Amino acid sequence: MTTASIPWTERDAAPRPLVERLHEWVTTVDHKRLGVMYIGYALVFLVIGGIEAMIMRIQLIAPHNDFVSPQVFNRMFTMHGTTMIFFVAMPLVFGFANYLVPLMIGARDMAFPRLNALSFWLSAFGGLLLYFSFLGGSGLYGAGSAPDVGWFAYAPLTAKTFSPGHSTDYWTLSLLVSGFGSIGTAINILTTIVCMRCPGMTLGRMPLFAWLSLTMAGLVILAVSPLSAAQIMLLVDRYLGGHFFDTQAGGSAVVWMHFFWVFGHPEVYVLVIPAFAAVSEIIPVFSRKPIFGYPVMVAATVCIGFISMSVWAHHMFTVGMSPAANGFFVLSTMAIAVPTGIKIFNWLATMWGGKVQFRTPMLFCTAFLFQFLVAGLTGIMLGSAPFDWQLGNSYFVVAHFHYVIVGAILFALFGGFYYWFPKFSGRMYSEPLGKLHFWLFVIGFHLTFDCMHVPGLLGMPRRIYTYEPGRGWDTWNLLVTIGVVFQGVATLVFVGNLVWSYFKGEDAGSDPWDAWTLEWSTESPPPVYNFAVLPVVQSRRPLWDLKHPEDPDWKYE
Amino acid sequence: MSPTTIFAPVSTPADSIFELSRFVLAVTAGIFVVVFALLVYAVVRFRRKPDDDGSEPPQVYGSYEVELAWTIIPVLIVVALFLATARVIASIQHPPKPRDALDVVVIGHQYWWEYRYPAFGVVTANELHVPVSDPARPTPTFLTLLSADTDHSFWVPRLAGKTDLIPNHPNSMWIDPRETGLYLGQCAQYCGTQHAKMLLRVYVDSPEDFERWIEAQRRPAPANDAVTRGREIFETTACVNCHTVRGTPAEGTFGPDLTHLMSRETIAAGAAPNTPENLRIWIRDPDALKPGSLMPAMNLSDEDANAVTQYMESLR
Amino acid sequence: MSTTAATIPGTDAAWTLPPRGRVGMYGLIAAEAAIFTIFVVAYLFYVGKSLTGPLPKDVLHAPVFLTICLLSSSVTIHLSVTALRSARASAFVLWWASTIALGAVFLAGTAREWHHLIYDEGLLIRTNLFGTTYYSLIGLHAFHVTVGLLGLSAVLVLTLLGHVRREHAERTDVLSLYWHFVDAVWVVVFTVVYVIGR
Repeated sequence: MTTASIPWTERDAAPRPLVERLHEWVTTVDHKRLGVMYIGYALVFLVIGGIEAMIMRIQLIAPHNDFVSPQVFNRMFTMHGTTMIFFVAMPLVFGFANYLVPLMIGARDMAFPRLNALSFWLSAFGGLLLYFSFLGGSGLYGAGSAPDVGWFAYAPLTAKTFSPGHSTDYWTLSLLVSGFGSIGTAINILTTIVCMRCPGMTLGRMPLFAWLSLTMAGLVILAVSPLSAAQIMLLVDRYLGGHFFDTQAGGSAVVWMHFFWVFGHPEVYVLVIPAFAAVSEIIPVFSRKPIFGYPVMVAATVCIGFISMSVWAHHMFTVGMSPAANGFFVLSTMAIAVPTGIKIFNWLATMWGGKVQFRTPMLFCTAFLFQFLVAGLTGIMLGSAPFDWQLGNSYFVVAHFHYVIVGAILFALFGGFYYWFPKFSGRMYSEPLGKLHFWLFVIGFHLTFDCMHVPGLLGMPRRIYTYEPGRGWDTWNLLVTIGVVFQGVATLVFVGNLVWSYFKGEDAGSDPWDAWTLEWSTESPPPVYNFAVLPVVQSRRPLWDLKHPEDPDWKYE
Repeated sequence: MSPTTIFAPVSTPADSIFELSRFVLAVTAGIFVVVFALLVYAVVRFRRKPDDDGSEPPQVYGSYEVELAWTIIPVLIVVALFLATARVIASIQHPPKPRDALDVVVIGHQYWWEYRYPAFGVVTANELHVPVSDPARPTPTFLTLLSADTDHSFWVPRLAGKTDLIPNHPNSMWIDPRETGLYLGQCAQYCGTQHAKMLLRVYVDSPEDFERWIEAQRRPAPANDAVTRGREIFETTACVNCHTVRGTPAEGTFGPDLTHLMSRETIAAGAAPNTPENLRIWIRDPDALKPGSLMPAMNLSDEDANAVTQYMESLR
Repeated sequence: MSTTAATIPGTDAAWTLPPRGRVGMYGLIAAEAAIFTIFVVAYLFYVGKSLTGPLPKDVLHAPVFLTICLLSSSVTIHLSVTALRSARASAFVLWWASTIALGAVFLAGTAREWHHLIYDEGLLIRTNLFGTTYYSLIGLHAFHVTVGLLGLSAVLVLTLLGHVRREHAERTDVLSLYWHFVDAVWVVVFTVVYVIGR
């Protein structure tokens, strides 16, 4: 399925001076380049966030350890959470969407290329601003530098009284700036999908990746804005003497929690929905079957999007809401399990009766299925409010959400990396290294995050820089820490594979996986204009139709 | 057995949660077993064979019957879980309050716990004493939860689920422990630098022991001539700005009430055992035991520190 | 696919999708609506909760004239865009400039109201919960009016320089959507602050 068009890639042109090449990258408005920059940026922060995690885990390897002071530890968990969510997961998700959505819908670029670039640079600046706090800020009682108020920055801990200096302001401003970048990207994705699909690609014929990106964009628009609003209010409190969250003046700390979690919960769906997107593209191709139940998958996604905006206070079961309020949020939280479970069953049914090839992308997606199942089930446990009165704010919660973010989201995105790396770079990655990465990571992930549930069940709260011996937490914490080493090594293998394969991997061609969506119809990497001639499609799998003219999809849809 | 496990309840709220948790765990375990088995089967049975001819398998697009089934069954499971949960929410949040219930006001501070017993005029810190509750004639303790600064959370797993202490947002919870003993926990909402060492110690006493403890707490500080020098330093240095010793001019409320400091087994909210050596270290430099705590080092000379320690030791 | 388009039978029906600018503006409006919603919720939550005065009923007077100005500006901008669509250039400029003038009057009136509240009534953003929520909500809206006026003024300047013609009607219409949004928000803010909150 290679095309006979004139190849014109970076490698064919004569080499140009480094300064010129850098200038091109810095001023680019090409969605593919911006996508690569988002992803590269995210990988750098993944390593930094991982180091922050390692520091915490070394401190917690034994009770009463003194590897770092409490002040440093508190900065570590704040920065680790903030970094991983806003400067790793979000850029990864935006990077993949940026690169792939226009290609998948047969467009030449995003709807607003310059807004695209602006959004990237805003987000990038936000990350740099946050990390500048290590040099510039000072925190609780003037004894710190980076923010140390936790990634959800509860009031009134963030008031000037309890957080003098500027460390909290670095948290607030960096997220405010990158939040505007996120909203810009979301508007771009939404507009691109609604307005720029190639002829014949009705909404019902878009790849699921596009549907999921559309839902994700809608959620960002509706959910990141409340965070921006709350952060403006926090700045008013800290600098203009306002009382939004000033409990001494009648303000409410609980109002901050509501506003934050109205953002915070849909945010995790913003992160997981693109993971679903990758999995929904990879599993069919490696099972050699179309996705099972496309219409229901779309409906379930949209349902998840809507319901996710109504569950936020399940993060607040312990703040003393009324039984009616608690009950409502139990119901909505449990309800979201239904469309989510449906998706798991549909992915399973896609594999069922297929001929599954367990190449690296599929290995990661299979692990995703197992791990997302477990993550969803521990989520149901936490959704039962009284059970949450014990488990909330403990290491059980930390284990649950890492199961989602690492076990589901990161695994799915790793799968996406390996799946689309040939398209982005024109080279195949090393399959043995990919498998090594997978197995090391699986071992490390399970050692860390399976064991992490237990201290929670035994009463260990989160965000503590040390703990008492004799509570049964010691050995479990040791095992958790050991698992991190495996994950660290695995990540290095992964980065090494990417770098080595980029320079030395064999040519991938335009369609190494024998896949069916439009991005595989153009060269690897795609030319700057994406397609020589804009495609015209008649079904959800245009390349299947081309490869199987005797049995095209549009006869069955 | 871990002293803070959620699976060994001795009080009704913790019991209700434990029972509910068994139901929820059973349901989720059942779901896990079924779906896990199907996944394993799919991975094994449908992998591409080494001798595969390269043809595509049957292209199946969906099945409304199957999809309906796996929509309806989860909905039913959700309804069952919700109903079971709602019942427990109601029973814990709206308990009957018998007349002999004990009322305690808990005030969270950075990084210690203040306890007030309004019925007895008792104010103490860091170690909560409550009477044991006979299930036949319950004498529960109702806690009103307040905060003097940031958010905290009261979590003693064997007694109840956690409830937060939020400034300007009073909360309440209750416990009715049916076995005497010491129950451990700690603050469960990040409240600042020393959140980790804001430990909870709840002493469940027999009715007689509780009476005795209350009586002792009600008395003002015993007078003791041997410690005059220490007391003088205490009362002329800044100590009195933060601490109360009832029956003396010390009436500060920013820090714990020290009237009966020696009735406690630990100091600094459980951060260290209450020994003369630890007291001396704490008084000279609190950061040595709990770095980031809000008590400043008073830069006392060795002599003065010893004197003040002796005075503290007299506060039985 | 890209070189063998002939293999798929072409579609004869016209393939039209919504215009990008309009959809993008709707996206922006949705995001802004979400931000305003949070400020409105905070305002409503804190009604009656101030620990000290001044209180709304003592110092607030419904700005009816300013409201009429702002809401009329939605009418004038609509007339303006309609005029541009039918290439009536002078009508376009007239109504567009009127929109800007009405918006400017609104801002000036808001400034006057604030001057009175600050210097005569002693209400600052730090005075009490009412002060905090009032200045934040009204201020956020006024900020959006200001941004809108800057955009409208830019278009006016471009028009006077001869760069705006009938083919730009769609773009000016998209900009006018933003202005209509700002006016719609004012309806909500007015109701919440001067009707419900008093």
